Amino acid sequence: MPMRDQSDTVLRVEGLRMRYGTNDVLHGTSFTAHRGEILCLLGPNGAGKTTTIEILEGFRMRSAGEVSVLGTDPAHGGEDWRARLGVVLQSWRDHGKWRVRELLDLLGGFYAPYSTDRIRRPWDADELIEAVGLTEHAGKKIRQLSGGQRRRLDVAIGIVGRPELLFLDEPTAGFDPQARRDFHDLVHRLADDDTTVLLTTHDLDEAEKLADRILILSGGRIVADGSPDQLSRQIAGEAEVRWTAGGQRFVHSTTEATKYVYELFKQHGEAIADLEVRRASLEDTYLALVQRAEAGLAGAGAR
Amino acid sequence: MTSAATAQRAAARVGLRRGFIEFKQQWTNVDEVIGQLLFLAMFAVALFFMRDARLPGTSFSLGAATVPSVLGAGIVFNGLSAVTGGLVVDRGDGTLLRAKATPNGMLGYLIGKITAISLMQVAGILVLLVPALFVFDGLASNGIWSFLNLLWVLALGLLATMPIGAVLGSLIQEPKMLGLVMLPVGGLAAISGIFYPITALPGWVQDIAQAFPMYWLGLGMRSALLPDQAVAVEIGQSWRPWATLGVLLAWAVIGLALAPALLKRMARRESGSSVAARREKALRSW
Repeated sequence: MPMRDQSDTVLRVEGLRMRYGTNDVLHGTSFTAHRGEILCLLGPNGAGKTTTIEILEGFRMRSAGEVSVLGTDPAHGGEDWRARLGVVLQSWRDHGKWRVRELLDLLGGFYAPYSTDRIRRPWDADELIEAVGLTEHAGKKIRQLSGGQRRRLDVAIGIVGRPELLFLDEPTAGFDPQARRDFHDLVHRLADDDTTVLLTTHDLDEAEKLADRILILSGGRIVADGSPDQLSRQIAGEAEVRWTAGGQRFVHSTTEATKYVYELFKQHGEAIADLEVRRASLEDTYLALVQRAEAGLAGAGAR
Repeated sequence: MTSAATAQRAAARVGLRRGFIEFKQQWTNVDEVIGQLLFLAMFAVALFFMRDARLPGTSFSLGAATVPSVLGAGIVFNGLSAVTGGLVVDRGDGTLLRAKATPNGMLGYLIGKITAISLMQVAGILVLLVPALFVFDGLASNGIWSFLNLLWVLALGLLATMPIGAVLGSLIQEPKMLGLVMLPVGGLAAISGIFYPITALPGWVQDIAQAFPMYWLGLGMRSALLPDQAVAVEIGQSWRPWATLGVLLAWAVIGLALAPALLKRMARRESGSSVAARREKALRSW
């Protein structure tokens, strides 16, 4: 049994490369995640998100690079390592004949030997069902669940072993707004209990609400790494300042919004009303970064 | 700190529970119960038409002689379709990947499958044998010895068919190819002396049939359940228990030698994207 990582680093990836035949899917990506952090992987289809996650889950062998997940190389992770991970993938259709409670209870049984003083495993089936909002469907056959309910069950199965690191691949696809809100609350609660979460999503709004840190992957490279706020600052610089003065509306774009507003008040004082400063949204940032990355690649290809 | 052995024992217990639950599901799912009843009804109709036929050269009912033969063939059919088909389906819908993502989940999955299929085989035999005992005289005339004999043939049958089923299941990539496995098994049933004594067939056909488990399982079941006079229509007028043991064990050894490595290879290849890709392919081909 390897010693527990002294630092709080749960996930460390360095120079990760993946090559299928002559096709490079990942070009030396590097990032880390700390305990209790919610890390969001964003990127267009084919950017390498799924490949990255599958390597970290130990389901796929990498071509090169250093990877440490909970202090272990996932290529050689044993069952005790596996017991500390939770995995929620996109396309589960399994166990359709099983009943919700029956399956959660059974799968929990695999984690019982890995219970520790600090982390009690598994999660009690009824409590877990309540936590994901499936109480009234606990006795139902799984194939009778709606798409959103099925997804919530997948999340429940992913966390039944109280994982220290949870992988979520597009977890809220098919959720209605209320289910999405409940799910976000659940993820925040998990993170408060020191669970590290790595999720992929196409929903930028979700990334902004959930993530402590966002990684944008494009063409197998990480083109941005930072908090949602840092990212918008990094790209845009430009913010929009709107105000009214003397019954007239004004709009001004600037890279130094705070300073501009200060000058505005110094000049006009109380005449300023309805002041609004809008930073670039994450969506603006994301699209700009991906476009820039793709243009860079195209440029490199033309040379 | 939990030792690996403790965790594996826990997983084995969970696997047993899994097997019982899966077995129970067989009897609570309408379509599967209907399938069972349909098979019984078809067999009953066949028996009705052979009600006056006698085993050649004896006064023993051909219908009664068919019962143990069908039990033997059923072990092969059920074993292959449940193990091979089960693996292909479980790979397609992500059940196997789920097991892989769970600590010792693969161990639990395998023990669950073995448990469920063994129970299913016992139930399949009872469903056919119990009514047959009421309908026909002279079946299982040795009492307890007949049933002990049946049990060891069943045990050998499970050993000979489940590992081979796992080998085929790990090699088959698509559900469509399942038919390619079950079709030759149907052919084997035709030449393995299930519905009529094998000695009525040309020698070279008999030779082919004797290379496969189905003939021997039919013979073993007949030796357990039929009276001694019925041996007259068998090859060499003998139940050949040692040859039965030898051939079935040989198949078990082949299966057990190949299955672990192939199952591991299959499990290693499972990932979220492979399940997703298979799903997409299945959707496209509809």
